[in-house]
Amino acid sequence: MRSGVAIFPGSNCDRDIVVAIKKITPKAPLKLWHKDTEFPNLDLIVIPGGFSFGDYLRCGALAARSPIIRNIKNHVSRGGSLLGICNGFQILIETGILPGSLIRNKNLLFTCKETILEIQNTIKSPFTEGFQIGEQIKIPVAHNEGNYFAPKPLLDELNNEGRIAFKYVKGSDFDNKVAYNPNGSSNDIAGILSPNGKVLGMMPHPERAINSLHGGTDGLRFLTKCIEHIVG
Amino acid sequence: MTVSNNKLYEDNKFEYMVQQESNLESALEMGLTKEEYNLICTKIKKIPNKTELGIFSAMFSEHCSYKSSKKWLKTMPTEASHVIQGPGENAGVIDIGDGLAAIFKIESHNHPSFIEPYQGSATGVGGILRDVFTMGARPIALLNALRFGSASKPLTKHLLSGVVKGIGGYGNCIGIPTVGGETNFDKSYDGNILVNAMAVGLADKDKIFYSAATGANNPVIYVGAKTGRDGIHGATMASAEFTDSSSEKRPTVQVGDPFTGKLLLEACLELMNTDAVLSIQDMGAAGLTSSSVEMASKGSLGMFLDLDLVPTREEQMTSYEIMLSESQERMLMILKPGSENKAKLIFDKWDLDFAVIGKVTDTGRLVLNKNGFEACNIPINPLVEDAPEYDRPYEIINNKKIIDLNKIVINKTINEILVKVFKNPNMASKKWIWEQYDCSVMGDTILSSGQSDAAIVKIHGTENHNSLGKGLAMTTDCTPRYVKANPFEGGMQAVCEAARNIAASGAKPLAITNNLNFGNPEKKHIMGEIVGAIKGISKAASYLNTPIVSGNVSLYNETNGNGILPTPVIGMVGIINKVENCLGVNSEEGNTLLVLGQSEEFVEGWISSSIYQEIINNEFDGAPPPINLENEKEIIDIILKLNEEKLITAAHDISDGGLLPTICEMLFKNNLGIDLNLPDLLSKKDSKDILLHSWCFGEDQGRVIVATKNLNKVKLLLKKYNIKFFILGEVNSSSNLNIKNVTTISINDIKNLYENTLTSIMC
Repeated sequence: MRSGVAIFPGSNCDRDIVVAIKKITPKAPLKLWHKDTEFPNLDLIVIPGGFSFGDYLRCGALAARSPIIRNIKNHVSRGGSLLGICNGFQILIETGILPGSLIRNKNLLFTCKETILEIQNTIKSPFTEGFQIGEQIKIPVAHNEGNYFAPKPLLDELNNEGRIAFKYVKGSDFDNKVAYNPNGSSNDIAGILSPNGKVLGMMPHPERAINSLHGGTDGLRFLTKCIEHIVG
Repeated sequence: MTVSNNKLYEDNKFEYMVQQESNLESALEMGLTKEEYNLICTKIKKIPNKTELGIFSAMFSEHCSYKSSKKWLKTMPTEASHVIQGPGENAGVIDIGDGLAAIFKIESHNHPSFIEPYQGSATGVGGILRDVFTMGARPIALLNALRFGSASKPLTKHLLSGVVKGIGGYGNCIGIPTVGGETNFDKSYDGNILVNAMAVGLADKDKIFYSAATGANNPVIYVGAKTGRDGIHGATMASAEFTDSSSEKRPTVQVGDPFTGKLLLEACLELMNTDAVLSIQDMGAAGLTSSSVEMASKGSLGMFLDLDLVPTREEQMTSYEIMLSESQERMLMILKPGSENKAKLIFDKWDLDFAVIGKVTDTGRLVLNKNGFEACNIPINPLVEDAPEYDRPYEIINNKKIIDLNKIVINKTINEILVKVFKNPNMASKKWIWEQYDCSVMGDTILSSGQSDAAIVKIHGTENHNSLGKGLAMTTDCTPRYVKANPFEGGMQAVCEAARNIAASGAKPLAITNNLNFGNPEKKHIMGEIVGAIKGISKAASYLNTPIVSGNVSLYNETNGNGILPTPVIGMVGIINKVENCLGVNSEEGNTLLVLGQSEEFVEGWISSSIYQEIINNEFDGAPPPINLENEKEIIDIILKLNEEKLITAAHDISDGGLLPTICEMLFKNNLGIDLNLPDLLSKKDSKDILLHSWCFGEDQGRVIVATKNLNKVKLLLKKYNIKFFILGEVNSSSNLNIKNVTTISINDIKNLYENTLTSIMC
């Protein structure tokens, strides 16, 4: 599989996703610089987490106007797969590739914790195909603006079209006093898909759940299945 | 005056002003004493102009010169076979094997954080990160030791929330995980909070960068953010006591820009991968002044800088402002001649300023040009070598008072005391704080806040077919009330607790960075706290072979004459050869809990200066629990031995609050219970018996609780090494801590308090 990781000034999870992908497939992802306007056709592009351009304006707003975005849009129209994690999700929203908005967490605090995600009944997508509907995976979040917000008609549309990839749910050792939804997202949405299922934006960090000693390996399992289904 | 002359004057008006001769009055305003001013005039054989005086005042400030503590700092143990670089550089460096070095330091940002909590703490983090990556290391972890005033005060809430946001704001954005630290509350910090940030980095042992300037005529390069008017004279502000009007000092607080910090980090590490950098120094306290002076001084050379070439944010900045600005995210470098273009390309890629602003000279003088005039021409030696060093009078308190148990009036049951313990924000979980820190970015965190006694971060790339890799363990510790009661014992205790915490995570303690926070050293008893604590730290560090390799001193933490509790924070780093052998604090059903370092005959616990005493008597009184270094070393060694043999699955040091709260903390995570064994002498006591209480809540040192599935093997080993121990009982699924014939405690109820005390204060 040919993959690439888009790097903006201020990206800080680029190394982590490269490490995760290298655990799954021998071919290391290409590092794509935000000013790159030419790169080979790829099967998967990942936009990693971080604070692109410091996120001093709206998160992802400046990155969404970088030269590389045009190529990423071309990649999507060619039917390539695209995964935006955390700041990457925020960038996808700012580019208009995915709809809705990501606003400040409900508690107005940066929140770093483990969350339980439940795979939803989606349209055909390489990102969910490897899972049973209702399957749960444990993946951490770490963000300040991850509260997915959209008007009701859009939420209905996402729901009806099977474009909600996963939701935050109560896990088995759920503590009633702690909110299972870490940021107050509408309908507990943790990730959404494009109409063709090939683009996924998610707030949780699968690349941080690849070690049995810390946070478990559900993230590695998730990324492995995604890559299997992207390769086909 | 002609028109053109007039214009020349207007353009340079401010610069003219700072180039006027100074006088005693301006020296006093800058925080210098009359004696210091006279010394300066003698040493430089002229009356300094205001820029020159400003440079002296910054270099002579307590913050830069360590003038009150230097005499005693020199006595600390700083050497061992694994030390590559001790104090004196940007950070300490130790050898961790495999050709790698750990580079680390702790630094305070106390004064600015009180005035402007968000920016003060954010720039504290930025500053300590620069100290580490200046030496060629990629930072891999951050910790912070925080002290605030009474938790019930609205101001405390404001400061805590701002400081936590600032630490997270910088660390999260730059993408370095914040993995550990400590937070305490005490009314002595009402007017002076403490924000100590520690950074740990990794570098190849043979690729460490130092700050000493080399080679006359080599180019001096300025990189990073532009210079603005923020933080001017910050080092001087940080060397003075507060008064009620200290908030007026807000303009002396620097402003952090973690995004530029991230770019600077990547650009510097990229450049360091080439052979261009000869020496490098970050611009921290006293900005361009201290960086240029320190580089030149360490290389026994001089420096010429053309300040017109310094990238500035604002117009008409004077030489005085440029030299004393503490704008963040800046570095000064000396490059190999001819490599400027190659270096500039890297900084262009990262959109950072890059300017050749001067050259190294062999004159031993600091010469500055501004607007075509010589704004400063002073010898460098007096700035560093002749910085005052005071032998301040001191008096060390040697409190040995032991509280008589029989005189304590007991008004609470064990259950009621446990409730009080975990309603105390000092004892409760700090989850509200650490959930705001990104603990897992970089993907190498193994154990972070709340999971173990010390954080463990894997050394990237050390995984192989038979191990998940090596790891660094790190912690910060200090029990200020012990130091107050007896600075020497308290200093030893801080080192021992840190070492115990490192060992309880499964790692071997290696070295220390310390942050000595005290009040006004001109007071005899405060100077006594400083001297006593340094002696205690030195004795323990030397015994445990954990030398001090870097550190920071923060004095004058006083407001309107009231000083803080003496707070010498110990930041310790250790190594674990296989991270899969790391130990957390959580026990599992079926484990047996044993306390090591405590015998079956032990019944009377140490109540003086304990959390228990505060609960019963509303005050701390008497001597802190004594330290026996031999015992401490034995306990550390035996934990490592037990872990090496894979005989234990969890470990937790007994510190604040004593035995019973420590047991509770080991049961919380999995909602477990235990039928607690008592020594025979205590078996028929009731829930208000003082001896039983002292056993449950005494703070005797040198003890660690371990969990095992192999009780017999553990017992054999403990007997072989002659280690005192007591079997506490088997962990069960009942969620009750049951003390036979005395009481039953619901772990769920206590856990609830533990988890929610701080959150309910803050929300």
